[in-house]
Amino acid sequence: MEIAQDILNILLSAAFWTAVLRIATPYVLGTLGELVCERAGVLNLGIEGIMTLGAMAGWMAVYQGADLWTGVLVAAGCGALMGLLHATLTVPLGLSQHVTGIGITLLGTSLSYYVYRLVLPQASTPPTITPFQPLDLPGALAQTPLTYLAVLLAGVVAYVLYRTPVGLAVRMVGENPAAAEAQGLSVTGVRIGAVMAGSALMALAGAFLTLSAFNAFFFNMVNGRGWICIALVVFASWRPGKALLGALLFAAFDAFQLRLQQIAGGVLPYQVFLMLPYLLSILALVLVARRASYPRALMIPYRKGER
Amino acid sequence: MPSPPVVLRLSGITKRFGPLVANDAISLTLHEGEVLALLGENGAGKTTLMNILFGHYVADEGSIEAFGRPLPPGSPKAALAAGIGMVHQHFTLADNLSVLDNIAVGTEPLWRFWSDRGAARRRLLDLAERFGLGVRPDALVGDLSVGERQRVEILKALYRDARVLILDEPTAVLTPQESAGLFDTLRRLTADGLAVVFISHKMNEVFAASDTVAVLRAGRLVATRRTAETDREELAELMVGRALKPPTPTPMAAGEPVLALAQVTVNSGHGRPLLDAVDLTVRRHQVIGIAGVSGNGQTALADLVSGLIHPDSGTLSLKGETVGYADPAAMVRRGVARIPEDRHAAGLVGAMAVWENLIAERYHDPAFQRFGVIRRGAARAHARAVIEAFDVRCPGPDARTQLLSGGNMQKLILGRTLAHGPDLILASQPTRGLDVGAVSYVHGRLLEARAAGAGVLVISEDLDEILALADAIAVIHHGRLTPALPHDRVSVRQLGLLMAGHWDVLPEILDAA
Repeated sequence: MEIAQDILNILLSAAFWTAVLRIATPYVLGTLGELVCERAGVLNLGIEGIMTLGAMAGWMAVYQGADLWTGVLVAAGCGALMGLLHATLTVPLGLSQHVTGIGITLLGTSLSYYVYRLVLPQASTPPTITPFQPLDLPGALAQTPLTYLAVLLAGVVAYVLYRTPVGLAVRMVGENPAAAEAQGLSVTGVRIGAVMAGSALMALAGAFLTLSAFNAFFFNMVNGRGWICIALVVFASWRPGKALLGALLFAAFDAFQLRLQQIAGGVLPYQVFLMLPYLLSILALVLVARRASYPRALMIPYRKGER
Repeated sequence: MPSPPVVLRLSGITKRFGPLVANDAISLTLHEGEVLALLGENGAGKTTLMNILFGHYVADEGSIEAFGRPLPPGSPKAALAAGIGMVHQHFTLADNLSVLDNIAVGTEPLWRFWSDRGAARRRLLDLAERFGLGVRPDALVGDLSVGERQRVEILKALYRDARVLILDEPTAVLTPQESAGLFDTLRRLTADGLAVVFISHKMNEVFAASDTVAVLRAGRLVATRRTAETDREELAELMVGRALKPPTPTPMAAGEPVLALAQVTVNSGHGRPLLDAVDLTVRRHQVIGIAGVSGNGQTALADLVSGLIHPDSGTLSLKGETVGYADPAAMVRRGVARIPEDRHAAGLVGAMAVWENLIAERYHDPAFQRFGVIRRGAARAHARAVIEAFDVRCPGPDARTQLLSGGNMQKLILGRTLAHGPDLILASQPTRGLDVGAVSYVHGRLLEARAAGAGVLVISEDLDEILALADAIAVIHHGRLTPALPHDRVSVRQLGLLMAGHWDVLPEILDAA
């Protein structure tokens, strides 16, 4: 009974919901980014590396004296460039999207560490910047601007995908590139554009970590968030609204387990709680994703003139 | 009478794929309101020519002029802008998107922050009304029938103001009634001033729908005729290059049953069963044809007889013996020979040698292995014998199978199937994608096997094929099978009705029989 009361207290506290929104932000951005790539038919396993690069590049720009929003733009630009690399290899050259994606992740991660060490060779404690501050709003609404941007972008991505000609083009090349081609669209162009846009969103997710959630860049700070985003895309059945929901759900599990550790930490080792959000995500994935209808051309390279 | 203006002029189109000349200096003209049939065997270069016209391929030589202006090569976008629309044989539609989405994609400038769906819908419904092409704009394409999808494809072209419509083998997937509907539509379009090119290798369609016919053979344009001034024999000869005599079955008394299905039901796991209480008997010296529109349970029936799936209820017996749970190898041992529906996916391993494919069903046979080691010499000798006996054109037993043409692959499968004197031959789509010469070869071999005492079950979506081979025809629809109707007691019209699911005509046919 006591535990139930404690759980209720957690769920009713404003601090819990503040944490949920904060934790959810990188997942929302990363999932939207992956979703845009996959809707165009390109799996982007480079997400983990692109997030790391975004985190590093955004932070480094600010550390070098740029203002915070410029840092955000620098991160997005670096993400788009990584996207261009991934797209060049997988779309016109038709290489395996899995292998290329893992390569992009390795490249993005090591490049970030390399540049960081190049600029700051002997920093023993990570230097810090002044990050985005929460807006002066009551309760759980006291979030940094990037969190609001993430929620806004979920709406923008949904609108663009379902209500604009370019969104329809993206969905078409992800479903049947031959059909898109026969309608006069450039499959290569649309796919490259979508992967670049999606990768920019992923880099924003990384930048949130260094410019909002923390104030420094350190190694392993992305810590598998990218992989969770890939699972969240499936959970969301490739729909932006559901992606927002999925990210919030996962963040709620995470925030919940952090607090549960404090209550029940004496009973169970804390690693069990760390595991909880992942276990629950797998469960949710199993329940939801079985019915998911994935983009039909996902992971299939399109070569003009072949049938 | 002055002839109507020329809308399209192809001059000296040549296209090579490596050493193969797919199109050899082809010149054609198309007039307003004209229906041109492009007739030829598979591999004659019809589709290649149309793909060049629509910008999927770039010609090596030659030029195209549309409405008096040169057409930039290699761009479907330019072709669309010039008023050329194409209905592909394999529909280029996205199943997960709505009809309206499929039609509207690419018609608006990409960089606009809104999409005028209301106007698109009005325009679509208006066109549908004008040309009698009923569609539901919000239905998912994946939920539509094949005939409906074709209407969507045609509307897609009309939506773009196409004045020239190319149709690649438009009737391959339609019932006879749907084909008739399509030809009605074509007449409405040409009455409106459109010009139509349709690709076909079926003679009856040429006469049903075209004004002019151009015959292609081995990449060359061999003749252009007014349809009214030619006949089947002339066209067949032009197409094949020699006179053809199709094999005809000689009447034969059927023997004892080799295959019997009694009330066989196979569930699909969701919704309607794949096969629903099917009764079927195939006897020695008998060809039973299964007619139907694709996707009505043909694949399940073939898989069942191959041993790939098993009845959920009912019994399957071979030569009078009830078969329990038999896998494909066991079915082969019991004398079932199979020509699979898709020779690339299920028939042959393209990356392996001809001889390896030929023993793929009986590598465990002592003739081909000893102590678990393949007797390559014996296998190659067997392969040489089959290549010789079935006239497979290939460099030899060691040739990689994927280098063979479709017709030669099918001969290889025939050789593997017939080499061991089977009791039952299951032939699924045995001539799909083959040219007239290869078709008559395959048909001849199947009829020889029938004469030798095999029972033959032919499953085909090509009604002409069934009519050419079968002693009796059963129609499959939604997993249910009609009784086998004697060939001479049932008309094409009745078969078409049965294929479309109008089984109320069944008593009338059975009474007459």
